Amino acid sequence: MTEPWWISLLKAFLIVNLLLGLFAYLTLVERKVMGRMQLRYGPNRAGKFGLLQPIADLVKLVRKEAFAPSGAIDIPYIVAPIISAFTAIAAFSVIPWGPGWTVNGWRIDGEVANVSIGLLLVFALGSLGIYGFIVGGWASESKFSILGTMRTCAQLVSYEVSLALSVLGVVLLGRSLNLPEIVHRQGELLPFVAPQFVGMLVFFIAGIAETSRAPFDLPEAEQELVAGYHTEYSGMRWGLFQMAEYINMITLSGLMVTLFFAGWHGPWNLGPIWFLLKMAAVLFAFIWLRTTLPRLRYDQLMRFGWKVLLPVATINAVVTAALVVAFG
Amino acid sequence: MTIATETPPRTRRWPIVGEPPYEGSRIPTRVPTILDVPEELRDSEDVFRVNFGPNHPSMHGVLRLIVDLDGEEVVGLQAVIGYLHTGFEKTMESKTYWKCVTYPERIDYVGYQNNELVFVLAVEKLLGIEVPEKATWMRMLLCELNRIHSHLVYLGTSALELGAISMFWYCFREREQILDLFELVTGQRMHTRYFQVGGLAEDIPPGFFPECRRFVEWMPKALDDYLALLDRNQIWLERTKGIGVLAAQDAIALGQTGPNLRASGVDWDLRRDQPYLAYDQVDFKVPVYPDGDVYARYRVRMDEMAESTRIVRQCLDRLERMEGRPWIADDRKVVLPPREELHTSMESLIHHFKIVTEGFRVPEGEVYVAIESPRGESGCYLVSDGGPRPWRVHFRSPSFVALEATATCARGALVADLIAIVGSLDSVMGDTDR
Repeated sequence: MTEPWWISLLKAFLIVNLLLGLFAYLTLVERKVMGRMQLRYGPNRAGKFGLLQPIADLVKLVRKEAFAPSGAIDIPYIVAPIISAFTAIAAFSVIPWGPGWTVNGWRIDGEVANVSIGLLLVFALGSLGIYGFIVGGWASESKFSILGTMRTCAQLVSYEVSLALSVLGVVLLGRSLNLPEIVHRQGELLPFVAPQFVGMLVFFIAGIAETSRAPFDLPEAEQELVAGYHTEYSGMRWGLFQMAEYINMITLSGLMVTLFFAGWHGPWNLGPIWFLLKMAAVLFAFIWLRTTLPRLRYDQLMRFGWKVLLPVATINAVVTAALVVAFG
Repeated sequence: MTIATETPPRTRRWPIVGEPPYEGSRIPTRVPTILDVPEELRDSEDVFRVNFGPNHPSMHGVLRLIVDLDGEEVVGLQAVIGYLHTGFEKTMESKTYWKCVTYPERIDYVGYQNNELVFVLAVEKLLGIEVPEKATWMRMLLCELNRIHSHLVYLGTSALELGAISMFWYCFREREQILDLFELVTGQRMHTRYFQVGGLAEDIPPGFFPECRRFVEWMPKALDDYLALLDRNQIWLERTKGIGVLAAQDAIALGQTGPNLRASGVDWDLRRDQPYLAYDQVDFKVPVYPDGDVYARYRVRMDEMAESTRIVRQCLDRLERMEGRPWIADDRKVVLPPREELHTSMESLIHHFKIVTEGFRVPEGEVYVAIESPRGESGCYLVSDGGPRPWRVHFRSPSFVALEATATCARGALVADLIAIVGSLDSVMGDTDR
């Protein structure tokens, strides 16, 4: 039984808005949590507990003059943030929120799009999103942006390899590239974090690098490169880049929960609530790391990526494959 | 006219500790402060020039660095200063001595009390005035608190520049306590103007001692926390060890002083080797590290904070026994008479009027006084023509000298290292440009 197209459309609309709301409040939560960890309060002026802060930020960004450097190459400069934001949002569509429901005889899937190669799609869209950063930095004709772009390219390309290799074990155990399928299998067997702990670690570390969060936030190392590839962006264009970054972070957390922590499975069949709770825990870890760790240097980052993460991910994949073949 | 070409042989033996990280000179030859792009790279397309500052998140105010980059590697470097030139030295020539005291602290706005001290000491040396014991110990206490304050600002900002953002707030928590102490004593958080020629401006308020004791008890714990956060962090160690090396010989040749010199393995501290105030009566160690890298500079400052806390504790022990003793010299030609005397004594009224309107006169002569400020040797060269205003004042600022080492330290560094190096040399731009 497949769901009718209009339910898909309605669900897509709902999920996109939920995702954007999640992103808006993730920025608030991040600032609050960081504030508490750094002996501050974080934003608490707009609304109760600062709950209106994301809205205030949005209004500020939209009203801000969006000026461009005179040397900027117009079309790529404007299109770049849109590419990044679009791919970031699109990637979330394949991540399952719940088991799926049947209401009044209508079938509702737990995800927006049930794609048989969902995992590949997430990675493919992630790679496309990098174009936004590269084109944006290159088109803004600023030396700091160029430096930031160079770092972004190198970092994302090298960590993507480890990221993709780290999930091979899960794919072998789950026997599918379809994300709902993988979640179902974890419900039948056990969360894949147990057999794939190494894979989970590699995935988490490479994921931090993929979303350029601390301690791998070199592309936008503010103390060195001012703001990296988005130095010359202002107003909502900058906002779109920021949105892309945060939604990538949410997608990555969602993917991690789906692949390693059994997605929406949990006691009492709470479905999406479990998914959100697990995702919140992963996001908290992201924020926690940011407040704690200093930034790596460029060459150290590269060395770590190629000489530590990649071999570990490869060995993990090979060993898993051997075991799967041996014990079936 | 003949110019003496013969220079006296250098007899001074500098006490160097440990193995220096490298031999010989790495100081750029043409101009010691400019790192030239190597000959083979000069026409290269790959080298591109980036302008860091004066408007840049981590340039400590308004330092400008013109950096030639080959990829991420720094191949050329020029530091441009002067964006914070204020002309304080010149302004001081038109102010009476007791009004001048406010200027030195604004020169080095992080180590203000030490700068205030060096000027006051210079004037006192010309006047030959005797300072009461209580004032001497209180000056020492405040200067050491100020040293901790300055090092905390260094630690917080340089950790922030390496991406450890939370350190900034932790350091500023302790800094806030010190500023509260300053406010308690002097009424001001920064630029306190509490040192007066002849002693202190006012008596120490009674609530100060318990508050200061509480801080002295707290500070070692805070230092342990910092060490736990940074020193056991592999990323921090990799980012600081072996970066921006400066050997002892080069440090001496570049005239480095203070923590930067001691981090290069030269055992030299004016507080111990040319004692002023009452430093010969307190017990403290001078931390020296031989490696000359960013990590060594960080460790020297961490250890100095611990030693300064010890000195503050000893000062407190002394000061608590001096209750009721005078805090300023009783010299009516220089020091303002007590307020209550103005209503009863004609002489006091005249002295007060003369000092406030005309200022006190300082005998003709010139003097150089140097102290160990948080950044190194802070010197004040003062010339008096016998009038109520200084004829010439010049400050030997340690920040200016520290910046000269940038080009030597930045050899072969990456962009990220450059930020760490500039941060670790800890120069205050106000002090550099004056």
